[in-house]
Amino acid sequence: MQTTVRLQSEDFDVAAESAALSRGRTDIGALVTFTGICRGAESGDPISALTLEHYPGMAEAEIMRHVDQAKARWPLLGVTVIHRHGRIEPGQNIVLVVTASSHREAAFAAAEFLMDYLKTQAPFWKQVEGKIGTIWIDAKETDDAAASRWDKPAGREAAE
Amino acid sequence: MNKMKLVYFAWVRERVGKAEEEIAPPASVTTIAELMRWLGERGEEYAHAFDNPKVIRAAIDKSHVRPDTAIAGAREIAFFPPMTGG
Repeated sequence: MQTTVRLQSEDFDVAAESAALSRGRTDIGALVTFTGICRGAESGDPISALTLEHYPGMAEAEIMRHVDQAKARWPLLGVTVIHRHGRIEPGQNIVLVVTASSHREAAFAAAEFLMDYLKTQAPFWKQVEGKIGTIWIDAKETDDAAASRWDKPAGREAAE
Repeated sequence: MNKMKLVYFAWVRERVGKAEEEIAPPASVTTIAELMRWLGERGEEYAHAFDNPKVIRAAIDKSHVRPDTAIAGAREIAFFPPMTGG
């Protein structure tokens, strides 16, 4: 299976990454892309930029660990995860998840699973630059809840 | 106790005032929770960083661990706030 995990400070090209995953293949029937983009406001306050700090080595390993879990759980034909670090301005890309499968259910579910775990388990921390200076964003309980729904036994999602 | 490397991220790093350091805690410090308590007694910066250990996450050799995990044999221990990537 084609797997790409990259951490980088520079931007990525969503279309090029999607094309790279499906090029020359006829077994892929569904390709889901999720792009996380920097918002211009955080909790109602305008921001001028986000800075993402990460733990080199562990960040790649954690993403790869969850890609492996996704592969074990759904019949995937390809996965690409790209996460940026450093300073990112509103409107710019932060993260890309592309999942490919023969049918849409697996591709949708795996993309959502990967994003939920990236938010709560991959060692990245967001700091926002705004009018009142720079502040670290607090983790959201809703993100933990979103990740924990995947803790139930595998196979249930087929019945849902 | 052997020397180990500590690394700090985000506001834990800012409060401690450094990104990494080598430490040699006493043999009585055996778990992540005990190490946080010991670090909290090393000075004002550390007390500030570790005053609410419940909100601090830890990793040993780049894998997530719980507070009751033993630190024996660890080469690198990381402390950081709950993650906010994605």
